[in-house]
This record gives sequence, structure tokens and C-alpha cells, in this order.
Amino acid sequence: MSLSGLNNLYREVILDHSEHPHHKHNLEHATDKVTLKNPTCGDVINLEVNLVDGKVADIGFTGEGCTISQSSASMMTDAVIGKTTADSLEMAQIFSDMVMGKKRSDADLEKLGDAAILSSVMQFPARIKCATLCWWALRKSLGEEVDD
Amino acid sequence: MDNKFLKIRNDFPILNQKVNNEPLVYLDNAATSQKPQAVLDEMVRYYQNDNANTHRSVHTLGERATEEYEAARGKVQKFINAKESREVIFTKGTTDSLNLVAATYGEENVSAGDEIVVSYMEHHSNLIPWQQLALRKHATLKYIELTADGQLDMADAEQKITVKTKIVAIAHASNVLGVTNDIQKLAQMAHLHNAVIVADGAQAVPHQPVDVQNLDVDFYAFSGHKMLAPMGIGVLYGKSDLLKAMSPYQYGGEMIDFVEKYQSTWTDIPWKFEAGTQNVAGAIGLGKAIDYLTEIGMQNIAEYEKHLVEYALPKLLEIPGVTVYGPQNQINRNAVISFNLKNLHPHDLATALDMDGVAVRAGHHCAQPLMKYLNVVATARASFYIYNTVEDIDQLIYAIKDAKEFFKV
Repeated sequence: MSLSGLNNLYREVILDHSEHPHHKHNLEHATDKVTLKNPTCGDVINLEVNLVDGKVADIGFTGEGCTISQSSASMMTDAVIGKTTADSLEMAQIFSDMVMGKKRSDADLEKLGDAAILSSVMQFPARIKCATLCWWALRKSLGEEVDD
Repeated sequence: MDNKFLKIRNDFPILNQKVNNEPLVYLDNAATSQKPQAVLDEMVRYYQNDNANTHRSVHTLGERATEEYEAARGKVQKFINAKESREVIFTKGTTDSLNLVAATYGEENVSAGDEIVVSYMEHHSNLIPWQQLALRKHATLKYIELTADGQLDMADAEQKITVKTKIVAIAHASNVLGVTNDIQKLAQMAHLHNAVIVADGAQAVPHQPVDVQNLDVDFYAFSGHKMLAPMGIGVLYGKSDLLKAMSPYQYGGEMIDFVEKYQSTWTDIPWKFEAGTQNVAGAIGLGKAIDYLTEIGMQNIAEYEKHLVEYALPKLLEIPGVTVYGPQNQINRNAVISFNLKNLHPHDLATALDMDGVAVRAGHHCAQPLMKYLNVVATARASFYIYNTVEDIDQLIYAIKDAKEFFKV
């Protein structure tokens, strides 16, 4: 096998997040709940957010999906807890630009934390939607217009 | 037989390439087949020599294009043993064919309280047109259950098809479970209650001999692109008396008889259903694909694919963690094997296989009610065709084992 190719996508960090996802649970006091589906594969994400004073006080997700979608959701929840709505939406944009191959500064990518490692998805166009589904759910739950 | 089929591979130039630095193994034939050089050449020849609009141009090229287009219709007629060539309507594909029947025959013959019978194994294209027709007409959509090993439950079919049934719409072969359904028997059940039977032949016509008179189907739909022909050409077969009684599907050029300011009359079948400029090159390509398949022999193709499935199935089942959906033996199986690897999402599996050059489909296969019925989100699917070999299957098995190792599942 072209193990190097597969290693590129499935880095240790990604596999670890997928096996032991962070914040994969329901929230007791969610201020918003969003469900998004990936119609091509049937993956589903239910995202629950607790917004307090314009900040993401807590966030959790449930649903099912592939390694990439699960690890992406896990990394996203880590990244946005404690951030303001505006910062979270900016991160969603940085992530989207990154996997679509648009140039962003290293400082921008650093804001994503572990999620920056998913830049490798760029080389696997068929899998971009797997990585971005949770971020679209976040955008929607923070009030952005998102096509279901 | 093997030697003959090994040579076939050389007719498909696309197969001679590397993907991710590995030789391409194309196992996504249920989605679309590759095209032999003969079909590609035929379409180029048509465009280089004879291209013109059909049935209206009073010049030599127009005559030639019309003649070739109608000759292709004749080839389809023979291939599926329709009684007359006018029972063959060219469409964009299976989906278009089935929508045509729902929008014409269905619209005219289904009323509130009537029943339409489908099965849990229908592709969305043989499900949504009927689901929406039922909603429009306040009719009831009924599902035939499946047996434990994923075959159509014929006893349940007998219960579900009743005097209230107007349409029975069933796949001739499943694009997920690898089973061929007894359409002849279902046609008998439908006709017993004066219902019509519509068969979705998309996964059957490319792989086995199909005789629409013997099956006694009222309508039969299939696509060219799954049987070596280009995309964008398909067929709706319909019994001539039914087609004659139906209203046109679309209105416009070519399908008319006389057009007055406030009313019009329609031309004969099949042209009544072929409004506007048609996909002439596609039809000619389909005709050539039929020549190619006929030369090999549809029975030989069915047997060769059975041999591939016989080889692949036990090897797949031997891998710990692999679940195969549908019958677990090769009896009643066609060249489609859907499977899952425990603790690995099919999308991850498909990406891993792709890195080994193996192209399979992963997803719900446009059969979401079936996925729910099987209690899975999605599956991986390997589907074979005439140019596949046992070596391709070896590569698939090797790649699955590789993926298992990589993901430690």
C-alpha cells in the first residue's frame, strides 16, 4: 500500500481523536441544537452549544460518521470552547479555507489547535465534506445562514 | 472462458493506468461501466461523418443520422426481445425512464385509495417517483419485505399485491444486495389484479440475458452507461398498447403530428415520447455497446461474473470483521457485493482501498430505506464487470487486509 499517502491523511492525532473523541455527548443546558447530514454517505452530526454572554461556554456532539468526521468534530469542540461567537466563526472560515487549499497565515492556522492537522484533507477532495460537516453545524448553531 | 475474458481488458484503454502509483482496479461498475474503444470510435465516427438532426433534415446527413438512430433502436429491441421496435423509447437513463412512467401512466391511472407496491431494496430512482406520485394522488405506498438473507420475500409480495394495487415497481437486480428478483412471478401477481409491473433493469441488463416478453413486464427501464455505452442515454421499454394510451411526457419539437394555434396532436409511439433533439450519438454508442456485448454473449457474461463472485465471496467472508450483505453464497447472486469492515467507516475503507488503486463505492448507494432496513449508515460495494479478473479480486482482498492493518480493526 501507499502507506505514506494514507499516513498523510490519517495522522496519529486524527486517529486518536476518532477513537477517543472529546465532548461527544449531549449537553444538559444547550442554548442551540443543530443537526446536519452528509447526504452522500449518510453521516449525521448533532451539535449542541451552550452560549453564555456571547461565548461558547460548552459544546457537545453526537451522531455517526467516518474517522475524519468524528476526529474533526472532536478537534473543533476543543478549539471553540471559551471562544466568542465572532472568534468561533472566524475559526470556521480559517478551517474551510485551509481544507480548500486557500492560503492562510501560520498565525491563523495556530488558532485552530489540533484541527490544523486536518489540512492534509486538502489532498483528498472526496473527503473534504467529511472534515467540514461539523464546522458547518457550528456556523449554523452560531446563527449563520447554512444550506442543510 | 477465462482467456477470452482476459483479452477483453485490452479493449478498455482507461484500465491501463496507475492510480496513486498502483495499477487501477476498477470495481465500481454498478455505478458506471467503462467504455470499450469500439464504442468510443463509433461515436467519433458518427460525429466525423454523419452528424445531423434526425427525422427532420431533408438532406443526406440527416437521412444517415436518422437511419443510424433508428437502427440503434432496432438493436435494443432485439437485445431485450421487445415485440416491436416502437416499444423502445430512448431516454436520458433509468431515472428518466421511471419518471416518465410515473408522470404519464402513473398520473393517469392512480387515484386516491389505490396502492403502489415497491420493495425495500429499491434504488431511489425506482422509489421517489412512486413515493411522490402516491403523495400527489393520496395513494398508499407499500413495501415488500426482505427475507433474512436479503432476498425479496415472495410470500409477502403475494400479500402486498392486491386488488387495490395499480403499479408494482421492482428492481430486476439489486444494486446493493446482489440478488436478482423473480420479475416473471411478480408480473403474474400484478397481472392477476390488473396492475402493471414496472421493472428497474439498470443492474440486470448489463449482466444477464433479459427478455421482456418472457418476463411479461409492462415497463422496463435501464441505462446505457452501466453497459459500456456513454452516459445520457437510456431506454424505456413499454408494451405498445400501454404506450399508445399514454399522454406525452414532454412537449416540444419532433413529438407532434399537427400543431394548431390552440391545440395539437401527437405523432406515433415511440417518437411521441422523444421531444426535442435526441442524444443520437448516445443511441449509436449504445447500439455499438450492444453489438459488443452480444458478440461475447450475455449468458457467457452472466457465467463469467458468477465465477468472479464465486471466487470473491469466500475470500471476503474469510477476513475477520467483514460482513457481507445479501445472500452469503453465490447462488442467486449477481456481480455486486456490499460489505462492511467492523469498526471502520466505509468511507475510510474506500479511501484506503483507493490508495491501493482499488476503486469501490462507499455510501448509501441511493438506497437509504434499505440502509435503514439493514441497520447500517452505509456500506462499501465492490461490483464486477466483464473486464475484471481474479487478479483484481486478489488486489481487493489484499487492500482490505492492508486497511485492516493500518486502522488496527
